[in-house]
Amino acid sequence: MINLTINQKPYSIDADPEMPLLWALRDLIGLTGTKYGCGVAQCGACVVHLNGEAVRSCVTKVSRAAGQKIVTIEGLSKNNDHPLQLAWNEISVPQCGYCHSGQLMSAAVLLRENPNPTDQDIDNAMAGNICRCGTYPRIRKAIHLAAELQKKEREAK
Amino acid sequence: MIMSIILTMVGLMAFAWHTGNRKEILSSPVVVPIKKDSIASVKAFEKVYRVLMSPRCMNCHPSGDIPLQGDDSHLHEMFPKRGKDGKGLFAMKCGSCHQPSNTPGKHSPPGNPEWHLPPADMKMVFQGKTAAELAKQLIDPKQNGNKSMKQLLAHSEDGLVRWGWQPGEGRTLPPMSHAEFKKAWETWLNNGAYAPKSKP
Ligand code: FES
Ligand code: FES
Repeated sequence: MINLTINQKPYSIDADPEMPLLWALRDLIGLTGTKYGCGVAQCGACVVHLNGEAVRSCVTKVSRAAGQKIVTIEGLSKNNDHPLQLAWNEISVPQCGYCHSGQLMSAAVLLRENPNPTDQDIDNAMAGNICRCGTYPRIRKAIHLAAELQKKEREAK
Repeated sequence: MIMSIILTMVGLMAFAWHTGNRKEILSSPVVVPIKKDSIASVKAFEKVYRVLMSPRCMNCHPSGDIPLQGDDSHLHEMFPKRGKDGKGLFAMKCGSCHQPSNTPGKHSPPGNPEWHLPPADMKMVFQGKTAAELAKQLIDPKQNGNKSMKQLLAHSEDGLVRWGWQPGEGRTLPPMSHAEFKKAWETWLNNGAYAPKSKP
């Protein structure tokens, strides 16, 4: 059995340690918000956080995640109210939506490490997340908006 | 008679093993004796240079801040950036895709626990360097990551260096075996670490 902590909940799964984390998340645990796009770390649809860092779960083996803290799109916030989620909603960023759990998880690392990102910072953080619908201009806009919301949230506290 | 030949051979082998043992050299309290032989040194560096400029080594020693990729050393897809520590930026850190070991299959990310570029304050560029420039850079602690001669000697056994010879599917190996590279590396350094003459 392999023990994982996902979205602050403990799970124990019977899986081959070589199994991609994405398989375990979707097929064994039932957290299907994380998407499968390419399976070879090329598209970003499967990004989750491993101890706070963005990792591509399609190439991350369950053995790397064992005993570690994983956060998926389902656990990004308690009430779908992460500043990025609010901004995404406000701007209606998604088209088909398939890439966006990965986009959001990548953007969340950016905003945590750089609360006031420039366009260049956004490019540096997001260049590995592909959107076949081409929602890039809205993604950029929404990250800037989320940065403002996050700032306001912090000032309010 | 036969016995004495065998005993002599065993004795010689033991001696050869003893003097060739790297640990022995590294743990020795005295400075590694350097016998200066510029011809042997420069000749060995020709081999070293061929390995260092091969894609498996040079791709992570780019002249810019984006690593290179593939046997043709093109800019890494998605343009991940070096970052301060050489491990990438934000959601584009090396470890996002590069695992502790190679991911199976062509065009999937190669891996090593230490996967990174040289850090921003010590870029250790190989790309575009002549043999003369690279030789001088490699032995200058201000440009080689503060490595002493002893640390340089040991560097041929570094895990990430060794990865070059286990690069995973679809990647060409450096132009000689690791053992041959190591021998050339040590011959170059132990004979005075001479730089080839710069071409006019
Ligand atoms: S499915 Fe993992 S990066 Fe595409
Ligand atoms: S919204 Fe369709 S792939 Fe991004």
